[in-house]
Amino acid sequence: MAGKWKEKKIVMDATEINRALRRISHEIVEKNKGTGDLVLVGIRTGGVHLAKRLVNFIKEIEGVELPLGILDITLYRDDLSTKKEQPVLKKTEIPFSISDKKIVLVDDVLYTGRSIRAAMDSLMDFGRPIQIQLAVLIDRGHRELPIRADYAGKNLPTSAQEIVKVLLEEEGEKDRVIIAESI
Amino acid sequence: MLIKNGRVIDPANNIDDSLDILVEGAVIKKVARGIKSEDSKVIDAKGKIVAPGLIDIHTHLREPGFEYKETIKTGTMAAAAGGFTAICCMPNTNPINDNRAVTEFILSKSAKEGIVNVLPIGAITKGSQGKALAEISDMVNAGCVAISDDGKGVMDAEVMRRALEYTKAFDIPVIAHCEDANLSSGGVMNEGFASTTLGLRGIPMAAEEVMVVRDIALAELTGAKLHIAHVSSAGSVESIRTAKKRGVKVTCETCPHYFTLTEDAVIGYNTNAKVNPPLRTKEDVKAIKEGLKDGTIDIIASDHAPHAVHEKEIEFDYASFGMIGLETSLPLILRLVNEGVLSLNNAIAKATINPARLFKLKKGTLSEGADADITIIDTEKEWVVDVNNLKSKSKNTPFTGMKMKGRAVMTIVGGKVVYEISDGKRE
Amino acid sequence: MPLNKKDLLEIQELSSDDIKLIIDTADSFKEVTGRDIKKVPTLRGKTVVNLFYEPSTRTRTSFELAAKRLSADVINIAVSTSSVVKGETLLDTARNIEAMRSDIIVIRHSAAGAPYILAKGLKSSVINAGDGCHEHPTQALLDMFTIREKKGRIDGLTVAIVGDITHSRVARSNIHGLTKMGAKVRVIGPATLIPLEIERLGVQVYYNLDEGIKDADVIIMLRVQLERQGKTYFPDIREYSMQYCLTRERLKFAKEDAIVMHPGPVNWGVEISPELSEDKATVILEQVTNGVAVRMAVMYLLSGEKS
Repeated sequence: MAGKWKEKKIVMDATEINRALRRISHEIVEKNKGTGDLVLVGIRTGGVHLAKRLVNFIKEIEGVELPLGILDITLYRDDLSTKKEQPVLKKTEIPFSISDKKIVLVDDVLYTGRSIRAAMDSLMDFGRPIQIQLAVLIDRGHRELPIRADYAGKNLPTSAQEIVKVLLEEEGEKDRVIIAESI
Repeated sequence: MLIKNGRVIDPANNIDDSLDILVEGAVIKKVARGIKSEDSKVIDAKGKIVAPGLIDIHTHLREPGFEYKETIKTGTMAAAAGGFTAICCMPNTNPINDNRAVTEFILSKSAKEGIVNVLPIGAITKGSQGKALAEISDMVNAGCVAISDDGKGVMDAEVMRRALEYTKAFDIPVIAHCEDANLSSGGVMNEGFASTTLGLRGIPMAAEEVMVVRDIALAELTGAKLHIAHVSSAGSVESIRTAKKRGVKVTCETCPHYFTLTEDAVIGYNTNAKVNPPLRTKEDVKAIKEGLKDGTIDIIASDHAPHAVHEKEIEFDYASFGMIGLETSLPLILRLVNEGVLSLNNAIAKATINPARLFKLKKGTLSEGADADITIIDTEKEWVVDVNNLKSKSKNTPFTGMKMKGRAVMTIVGGKVVYEISDGKRE
Repeated sequence: MPLNKKDLLEIQELSSDDIKLIIDTADSFKEVTGRDIKKVPTLRGKTVVNLFYEPSTRTRTSFELAAKRLSADVINIAVSTSSVVKGETLLDTARNIEAMRSDIIVIRHSAAGAPYILAKGLKSSVINAGDGCHEHPTQALLDMFTIREKKGRIDGLTVAIVGDITHSRVARSNIHGLTKMGAKVRVIGPATLIPLEIERLGVQVYYNLDEGIKDADVIIMLRVQLERQGKTYFPDIREYSMQYCLTRERLKFAKEDAIVMHPGPVNWGVEISPELSEDKATVILEQVTNGVAVRMAVMYLLSGEKS
């Protein structure tokens, strides 16, 4: 994802993004038969804003504000020793116990599955959840680990050369999901 | 041997002219224009300087005792490669040269294995302990040209006073290593901004300067010949300058590193720049150059101090003091000429006739009848210091990788070529 | 802005951005050290060697904990200087250690510059854990981290460093770091323990404690090496502490919310009056806590791929 890139094609606009998130919110509540023991954890950085939106949608639907955690997976990455420069480390903020909770892990794009592996390992060090579920806005395929999303906003077939970016208002962008190419 | 077409510079005789030099046996036979001699080997010195053989009055040859650092053989090879035809070796060997037996050993070993003249300097005190005088008369008779406890100062002023008085009978200089051991105790570099940032213990300039002043006072008291070794600080230069004006019999030397480098050379914990006295500041370098220019500083000596890798590639605090210098002295002296600090004539005098006069040697000049010790110098030759090409057994020089201009291309000792370089190849 | 360095040898060579990055990263690691499971797998399979030529339980333990919390394997080697003199050189020792495939070597040595020998001669990352009177970079980083945590900033603060400046690596590292980060730094101590030309590092020199700590935001008290008394630096501990021991009374000269720091171990009653040991101004134990996070940050930032 690093390096320069050029926008090629918009695959989701603001309306579509929020429609997908609203649907996922309904699915989460439905699948878990309510919001009991449910917590959301967004993966830095792309998953955090989406998780917040999900919290808001679920609040609209159920009238309950779910606890929201933020997870930085840097220290659990499997590619640290092959990188010349270490990625900037941000804080993990999970201000509640995750033991005996059902966690919905939220990320923007599901790709190789390695980030999710790191996130799960990290969560395990915080306690023993009953269950971990995964919600993503985009599933672009090319999995390298046996990981799948429980909730996906959109399945987007891509080539490995393409870059998928989720741009959000919270980061000062117009809400959209794009396919880009590196330049 | 006939050296033709060179620019002959002989400061003692005020000669700077295009002349030929005829050598017969071990002496200079004739110096004149257009000498013809059919049965002599001709050396063409066109475009080169022909100078009296350089004399280094401050060399550590390390033999006997520290042959892993340097030997008389390797040390004199380094000297020859640097253009030196005579070197005076300091007594801090093991055993210390504080008696006739060691002096004779050095001289006989030099006669066998040395390729340049070796003139030993005896110790002032037994074991250079600074307490009891060594057998100075016996050592002088055996061939010592001066006495010194170089490596440390004679802390006891009474001992120094008596040493100066005692040597008056032999008319040899007492070479003073000026260092107050209390002030310098534990120090490893100059005390100043660099030592402050590096966190290394400093040696204040005063450690040298108080002893310079003391020894001048003792020379004045005794009327003896005092020579101050390795002057490094502006304060020392000034004290010697005023003493000379007063008529005190004091001479002094500095070393190329004191007019080339500053304490900043130590930054990065470069142990090759660890030397005693330590490298000082820009202002001191300036004062040393002024002292050379106005004649306060009579002589440039190398203080060639070889140390092995395991004594240098270690913690700065534990590393030995000293750097090799025989093979880098001449280009650094010539740099002073290029900078306009010294005339070529004056520069050569400080490494030839001035030291010869101090030790009353029949050397340092190209006078007819003098010893045929001659150095041919290419002042334009550019080269880079590469420790792997140096003749010295040790490689501890801070000048590694430095671009140099000028070097000896032929060194002749007693009428014999002991070193020659041509087209970058050594023979 | 990544650190992009193989070694951490000194604060002097770091930019203010480098320092900020390390402190920011340490902030994230402090969260890790606050968890129930205070361990992350980041340096799994890496080997950290603590090579200590000077005894130091505190610093060694801090590095050891930091490495263990990053899941590295740690070995501690304590070398007495006396055996060094007889035996192999520092570089020999270090090369032998590296031959066993170390990744990070943490070195504490009584000779200034010793870590540079390792950094030059080894592929492992070298972290200076204090070299002679030169630098102690991780101590200064944890001090700056603590200051920022307590004061919210470093820029514009007045920091007084009190004691034996000449022989203090903590003072040197802090002077470099704090001035780079925009603090005003004063050094206070007897003139015999203030090194020549220290002003050129951008500090103000005071010989009087009360004047030197006036309106200070932070006071860093340095440890006095008791073995220096009776020589020429100062007459004795009694006279030293009469002049330079920080008491509650004297602390009033500083700002009301001033904090008191010390790299430890404290000689209570010599550098700091025992009445201040429980005072809220005294943040010495927080420095110790932060030390682990800072050292984790440094190891993390240095552990990228080595080319």
